[in-house]
Amino acid sequence: MRFLARRLGFYLLTAWAAVTLNFLIPRMMPGDPVDLLVARLKGNVDPAAIEAMKQAFGISDANLWVQYVDYLGNLFNGELGRSITFFPTEVTTIITGALPWTVGLVGVATLISYLLGTLLGVLAAWKRGSWLDGVLPVSTFMHAVPYFWVALALVFVFGVTLRWFPVSRAYGLDVVPAWDGPFVSSVLYHAALPAITIVIASMADRILGMRNVMVTTLGEDYVVMAEAKGLTSRRVMWAYAARNAILPNITSFALSLGFVVGGSVLTEIVFSYPGIGSMLLKAVENEDFPLMQGIFLVISLAVLVANFLADLAYVVLDPRTRQEA
Amino acid sequence: MRSWKIRLGMAILGFFTLMAIFGPLLVSGDPSATSDDGLVGPSAEHWLGTTQTGQDIFTQIVYGARISMGVGVLSAVIATIVSIAVGLIGGYFGGAIDETLSVITNIFLVLPALPLVIVLAGYLPQRGVTSVAVVIAVTGWAWGARILRAQTLSIRRRDFVEAAKASGERPMRIIFFEILPVQLPVIATSFLATVVAAILAEAGLSFLGLADLSSVSWGSMLYFAQNGQALLVGAWWWFIPPGLCIALIGAGLGLMNFGIDEIANPRLRTIKPPRRKKLEARS
Repeated sequence: MRFLARRLGFYLLTAWAAVTLNFLIPRMMPGDPVDLLVARLKGNVDPAAIEAMKQAFGISDANLWVQYVDYLGNLFNGELGRSITFFPTEVTTIITGALPWTVGLVGVATLISYLLGTLLGVLAAWKRGSWLDGVLPVSTFMHAVPYFWVALALVFVFGVTLRWFPVSRAYGLDVVPAWDGPFVSSVLYHAALPAITIVIASMADRILGMRNVMVTTLGEDYVVMAEAKGLTSRRVMWAYAARNAILPNITSFALSLGFVVGGSVLTEIVFSYPGIGSMLLKAVENEDFPLMQGIFLVISLAVLVANFLADLAYVVLDPRTRQEA
Repeated sequence: MRSWKIRLGMAILGFFTLMAIFGPLLVSGDPSATSDDGLVGPSAEHWLGTTQTGQDIFTQIVYGARISMGVGVLSAVIATIVSIAVGLIGGYFGGAIDETLSVITNIFLVLPALPLVIVLAGYLPQRGVTSVAVVIAVTGWAWGARILRAQTLSIRRRDFVEAAKASGERPMRIIFFEILPVQLPVIATSFLATVVAAILAEAGLSFLGLADLSSVSWGSMLYFAQNGQALLVGAWWWFIPPGLCIALIGAGLGLMNFGIDEIANPRLRTIKPPRRKKLEARS
């Protein structure tokens, strides 16, 4: 369990770093955000909004340390300030409204992409020299393709040209949000293209990574031994080779999460999906700094939680990490 | 010795580099110049068609290469300098310095880069080429630093470093004149990867309208294509080429990486007949 404790300590430290970055960025960047906003709106801004914004940033005449302590205190009470765009709605209210969409879409898509990518990687390594080698040039091309470009291409082909799928929103205008058949199927139908985008754009890394580790693992003595013992191909492939090859793959998956989330932000924007990503763009476009900061914080924390889950999976799969050292 | 993958990858990267440097000299015309032929498909006159306002897309792609790759290279230069400093100093000194630098590196590795870049870009009063490159570099150095630290850890115990230490060289001189040159191949590889990541980040930022939109880059082309309803009017020639260029550069780098991996680990090659078949045939 020392492994998990160490990782947890690191994530807490990283969470603190994200929180502190969030505090420092507005103070370190050139230009005062409040002045910037007032200038942008040419004075057409509610004095209450300016006050709220100053409060959100904790901008006062107090010294930096006092501001920092105030900021941390607010954060612990779950206060992220008020949004400028949707004034006077609380930032937390907006985020709680948008977060389920993103977690649902990106979570499910990432999981599918991981499972499918790993499976294809294992098969590509196992059946080296067969038609599955064709997966490699495709993956090489796909691994650096911009998410939003895949999104645009899918919208063009399946949304505009073939008209198979809707190209924006999270559910149709004809259904009311409720836990019933029509609503759920509408949500799934609308999530199809964005989810496929994320799967296509993020799967290549998994395939290539898994294949390369798997090929190396297949040359290990214990795999040869397992074959020599006459175990079935399936047993050798999954229980001996894949189980060991998956360990480094989980680590690289965890490290790529930030990248996947970044790509998903762009994907949401292409599809006007009402998640955190679209909200982030709206916040940046409107210079809504409290909302922007709040979203960055939530995304960072979500990535940290996902990383920790990946660590848990690692512990389940690798008995060595469970040993008390 | 050199595989076709490395050669093809180098050819692709070389092609785009030459396009960025010399393309604008060979292709006459202003990429932003509008004309009356809006939304024309590819033809002899406009090789890749035109935008809504009649701008020639081929010209935009050629000029855009300069901005997109320029931002990528500038940003990667900054990020690589930071990663060399952090990775080598941490790896060489070890102890508390290394612990601190490693934690900072790992934090930047875990934090989602694009949202951070978006937030930083949101605060920029002016979004010029340089400021965008700097903002991208802020998130792009950590991976290189991690690799270089690991390399430095293994190099610092070698004889030539011990000899330099024994002869009383100052630590900074050992780090930058003894250890750094040995690591140049690693630095070059991580530099290339950083360039590609930065090109992707720049494209993402421009696509969101958060970079310098007055200059033509592949990302800003996609921004205008999206906002000009290129999809709805079926103008595939408008949004396909810029994304394809970015993906090709990524593929070029990927090919080189796999080529190098295959040299280092011959088992990864695809041409060899599968080992399993042989075993089954024998039984």
